[in-house]
Amino acid sequence: MSLDATYTKELPLVENNPPLKELDEIIALPTETKPNKGWWIAFGISSTALLIGGVSLFLTIYYGIGMWGNNQPVGWAFGIVNFVFWIGIGHAGTLISAILYLFRQRWRTGIARFAEAMTIFAVMTAGIFPIIHTGRPWLAGYLIPLPNQNGVWVNFMSPLLWDVFAVSTYFTISFLFWGIGLIPDLATLRDKTTSKIKKNIYKVLSLGWTNSNRNWSTYERAYLILAGISTPLVLSVHTIVSFDFAVSVIPGWHTTIFPPYFVAGAIFSGFGMVATVLIIVRKVFNMQHIITIDHLEKMNKILLATGMMVGFAYGIEFFIAWYSANTFEQFTFINRAFGPYAWAYWIMVSCNVIFPQLFWFRKVRRSIPITMVLVILVNVGMWFERFVIIVTSLHRDFLPSSWAMFTPTLTDLGLLLGSFGFFFTFLLLFLKTLPLVSMSEIKAVVEGAQPTIHPHPHSNGQHKD
Amino acid sequence: MIKKLLDKVKEFDTKDDTEPRSKKLYGLAALYNTPNEIIEAAAVVAGKGYEKFDVYTPYPLHGMDDAMGLGKPKIGFLSFTFGLIGTCSALLMIGWMMGIDYPNIIGGKPFFALPSSIPITFELTVLLTGIATVLGLLILFSKMPKLNSPLNDTEFMNNVSSDKYGIVIRTNDDKFTEDTVKNLYLSTGAYDVQEIFYRESNLTTKTPIFEKKFIGAIIGTAVITAVVSYFTINYVLYDIQPFDWMWMQARINSQSKSDFFPNKSGMCPPVNGTVAKGFLPYDYKGMPDSSVKLLANPLAVSKSVLERGQDRFNIYCSPCHGYFGEGDGRMKGLFPKPPTLHSVKVTSWTDGNIYHVITNGQNVMPSYAEQVSRDDRWAIIHYIRALQKSKNAKEEELPK
Repeated sequence: MSLDATYTKELPLVENNPPLKELDEIIALPTETKPNKGWWIAFGISSTALLIGGVSLFLTIYYGIGMWGNNQPVGWAFGIVNFVFWIGIGHAGTLISAILYLFRQRWRTGIARFAEAMTIFAVMTAGIFPIIHTGRPWLAGYLIPLPNQNGVWVNFMSPLLWDVFAVSTYFTISFLFWGIGLIPDLATLRDKTTSKIKKNIYKVLSLGWTNSNRNWSTYERAYLILAGISTPLVLSVHTIVSFDFAVSVIPGWHTTIFPPYFVAGAIFSGFGMVATVLIIVRKVFNMQHIITIDHLEKMNKILLATGMMVGFAYGIEFFIAWYSANTFEQFTFINRAFGPYAWAYWIMVSCNVIFPQLFWFRKVRRSIPITMVLVILVNVGMWFERFVIIVTSLHRDFLPSSWAMFTPTLTDLGLLLGSFGFFFTFLLLFLKTLPLVSMSEIKAVVEGAQPTIHPHPHSNGQHKD
Repeated sequence: MIKKLLDKVKEFDTKDDTEPRSKKLYGLAALYNTPNEIIEAAAVVAGKGYEKFDVYTPYPLHGMDDAMGLGKPKIGFLSFTFGLIGTCSALLMIGWMMGIDYPNIIGGKPFFALPSSIPITFELTVLLTGIATVLGLLILFSKMPKLNSPLNDTEFMNNVSSDKYGIVIRTNDDKFTEDTVKNLYLSTGAYDVQEIFYRESNLTTKTPIFEKKFIGAIIGTAVITAVVSYFTINYVLYDIQPFDWMWMQARINSQSKSDFFPNKSGMCPPVNGTVAKGFLPYDYKGMPDSSVKLLANPLAVSKSVLERGQDRFNIYCSPCHGYFGEGDGRMKGLFPKPPTLHSVKVTSWTDGNIYHVITNGQNVMPSYAEQVSRDDRWAIIHYIRALQKSKNAKEEELPK
């Protein structure tokens, strides 16, 4: 009995099988043309948000974090919520470029470059918050174990220090990964451009890459190694972020489920953000046949899976609170769902668990408008997840006499808005300056791009010299 | 003016960028249309025994390493070595800092513990592996940057970086002769054969690294970087106070200047008639003894009060009055001897009277108000009473 071969056949990764040259043209087009009106409007909005964020940042640094709504007992609020939110967004890029690479998911090529760039910008955005949260950002150098006048070192047993190492390593490795992926594309742009100034810029940035196969051979192995080390790295980063909470003794934070729960949430939110922006980008830059509807469907499946993992974690938290017979733990979770912040809790549950269930239907997965709405809800839901974890656990802890509510100030909201402005300003600049799909990778997965014969060195054959 | 400048930029931008090429041949290049043609051609070229050749493709072709007869890439060893260095150096760093250089008790845990060191050890392992892999790939294995490679800025490169597949056999290969190579290319289905010449700059024996300008720039950069980082790091790590001390507060110290008061003094003289705590003026100053009969001793007799009184008496009174109040002090005639405190006159005085004498002075005895505080004076009076008692005690008053 033979299997039906067409049943398992993969869908084409690039629709209509365009010639390679055309792929180059389409991908390089945004970098070669002047930005259109839509781009300028988007840039105007994002840079305005960035400006508001800049003012809030100035106020925070000049007057101190008293400008924020943080106070006892809610000592961690928007600053840390935003940090965890953006770090989470930053997880999709490396997941797509490293883990899906190791699993030989070749559909990743269409979205990898873009998602990696998002990772870098998201980690940059996230990095601002812990530094300003220290209150004296100009002393951030003390986070690194450098010799200093006090002769003391950092505390290597603190998860907050692990965070410093994890986030900075993650940024460095993501940046290198993204950077070496860009080199061959910059070489292509270098040979394509007609402008002398651009050519010189690309020439320097591509380091004189010659497309030589001896280089490609090492390049592919290096890429594999980077994917191999990035995979545990991406899992470690959010694990360590979750340690910031799990290693403390606050009910609602002191949980062993936090590392996997945070990682699943990070991938969930990251894919949500990638999908949100990708849907717009593929339309605006006319790349619907490179970033196809199949890509979006696959991403929606991952969203469904990780959304349910997150939902499972929400359930387990309640179960453990009951099963542990710990009064404080039980109170915290009942307070989350039915206390003064119940609205935030139910926004989180509905956006992250209930609405994504629609992705069970193929029609929904392949419908762009519905996907768009759902992924935006995922972004909202994941921001509120961090808000719920941080604020509701803190605002009513062991001592009822010190219970209090948290109210964000204008500066808090300005910084939140500013973080989006920072992220999208960088993203928009990236879209107009660098190829947003990896040309060398996408060309390699077009049908007919790979040889069908695999010869070894031989001198026979019909050729005579 | 600006328009002129812009025009100049535009002119520069569109000008052809062709560096002069020498007459010396670098190699012969061939272009192919399909992946199958190039992989077959590569296998044939390798099979013919050529060694100094390379295939140029816009993306990596599967199986090309085998066709060219290349071994497995060796970059993995580099990554592994540096990963190991990362692991070891992280553990050594944490162990030394936490366990040896500045051991600190944190939550009653051991100075150095493996479990809490694992996250940072892992991160540093990954960091070093990643950096070593990328730098190794670029510098060690790909010999980059190679901006002036003879292949760059050629028609050949424009094709292979887009959608064609090329092969180049270098002239320094032992088997290289122009005709055989050209025929080999054409027989394997090349649609174009091109000659690649060296750039002039490739042939000069002068290494650009040793040019005066370059060396000057490097030294200049190094000096500027060193100076800037020296001052910045010193400033950040040694001059900025990481934490304010408690005495560094926004307040005016007693001798400092202040713009608040017209006389610019941070310290103000007290208002007329101000009385400092514990310094109430003595009402009967300079008055005769008889007027103070109403003053009563505010202290109750207790062991500690008597001990205090003894202590003060021995310090301030005993030099003249003697340890037991008999007027046999240690002044050895330098100061007139006072009469004994056990006389009928003094024993019959009220406490207020003795207090008045200590506070106001009497005859040659000066006032002791400055040296002995009010409560101490009253304690001394209690002690004098005890002394008087001890000299006149009857037998039945002794404790049984």
